[in-house]
Amino acid sequence: MKYVDEFRDATIAQKLINRIQRFKFNRKVRFMEVCGSHTVAIYKSGMRNLLPDIDLISGPGCPVCVTSALDIDRTIQLTRMPDTILATFGDMIRVPGSSSSLQNEISQGAEVKVVYSSYDALKIAEDNPGKRVVFLAVGFETTSPTIAAAILQAEKKGLENFSILSYHKLIPPAMKALLTGEQVHIDGFICPGHVSVIIGSKPYEFIPQQYHLPAAITGFEPVDILHALFMMMAQIKENRPAVEIPYSRAVKPEGNPMAIQRLYEVFEPSEAKWRGLGVIADSGLKLRRRFQKYDATQYYDLSVAESSDPPGCECGSILKGLKKPSECPLFASVCNPSRPIGPCMVSSEGSCAAAYKYG
Amino acid sequence: MCIGVPCQIVRIHDQMATIEIGGTQREVCLDLLIDESETRVGDFVIIHAGFAIQRINAQEAEETLQLLKEMME
Repeated sequence: MKYVDEFRDATIAQKLINRIQRFKFNRKVRFMEVCGSHTVAIYKSGMRNLLPDIDLISGPGCPVCVTSALDIDRTIQLTRMPDTILATFGDMIRVPGSSSSLQNEISQGAEVKVVYSSYDALKIAEDNPGKRVVFLAVGFETTSPTIAAAILQAEKKGLENFSILSYHKLIPPAMKALLTGEQVHIDGFICPGHVSVIIGSKPYEFIPQQYHLPAAITGFEPVDILHALFMMMAQIKENRPAVEIPYSRAVKPEGNPMAIQRLYEVFEPSEAKWRGLGVIADSGLKLRRRFQKYDATQYYDLSVAESSDPPGCECGSILKGLKKPSECPLFASVCNPSRPIGPCMVSSEGSCAAAYKYG
Repeated sequence: MCIGVPCQIVRIHDQMATIEIGGTQREVCLDLLIDESETRVGDFVIIHAGFAIQRINAQEAEETLQLLKEMME
């Protein structure tokens, strides 16, 4: 496969590993990735075992996992309303709320449709004029422009029965919150490849400028990840922190201006609650005033008495990089991919699912 | 949600493209590509949730590989 096989080349990978191993800092260097696809790629490649001087930890990079129990509970509440269809990406179906899940609600008769794209949800709205179709809008900057495009289409088509629950998250504010919180030691960030396709490299500049730490935006093949690690090790060695882009075949410094324009035409930053990380200012997205009629919360009372994470589940600490999946008492004992208890095991991009499958 | 590997465009029609991945074909929307009018059959694109979000820059890919090979010599 073009642009895949070349970046899985074992000779280049081995040479990169050798070069990385030559850096010696008299301590383990700890890099965090904040992208579910990187989590899976790192586990799958087995590179952790080949790099004894580097500690690779996962951060809040799985969009399903970072969605708070409160937002899941609100969504479940919505599916219990009359004449309502919830459209969602498939990953959200099995995520547990405080006492139920969408999967459970479906078995009780809730109308929930799994879609592949936001435009599929528009089609459902067009086909069901007598019902309100609500799209569960989760995801990072890679996904939110696709939702913005759907809102603009809905406006163009005059679709009155389409709306969204905007639970989007923005990645750079979460990275900043982790650095500010100082709970977890981080020596550098592997920045997410496809979030960066949209936002480019500038939003990460605070990492070298304010925190004097390295960062590298990379792709998902072993050579991509090793290249990023090599660059960050060199940055540390030479004391010149920067945001580098080994994934330049897909990521431009300016990102995708068309997608950014659509995104911020429709949305503006707002406070958001993350699983594990709590409430972070300007880390979510809300609809701008012009698009208020597409905000599902205008039509439904989604107040939830009390929300709680699954008892014993360590997803919150795992998403902050404070614990590894194997340090959760439920991991691989009662919590596994066929009967997941926490979201990090539900999502195929979650750290626990990746650790279970490849760890 | 995210397809990590680039997909090749086999057909373009209106604002949509048919892409091929692992022998199967899918329809994706080109609305988020700034230079969608320059997008051609045969191009490789990054796909996310039914949208093409970027075209792969063949020259950059080549340069990265070249750099890696030179660096490792």
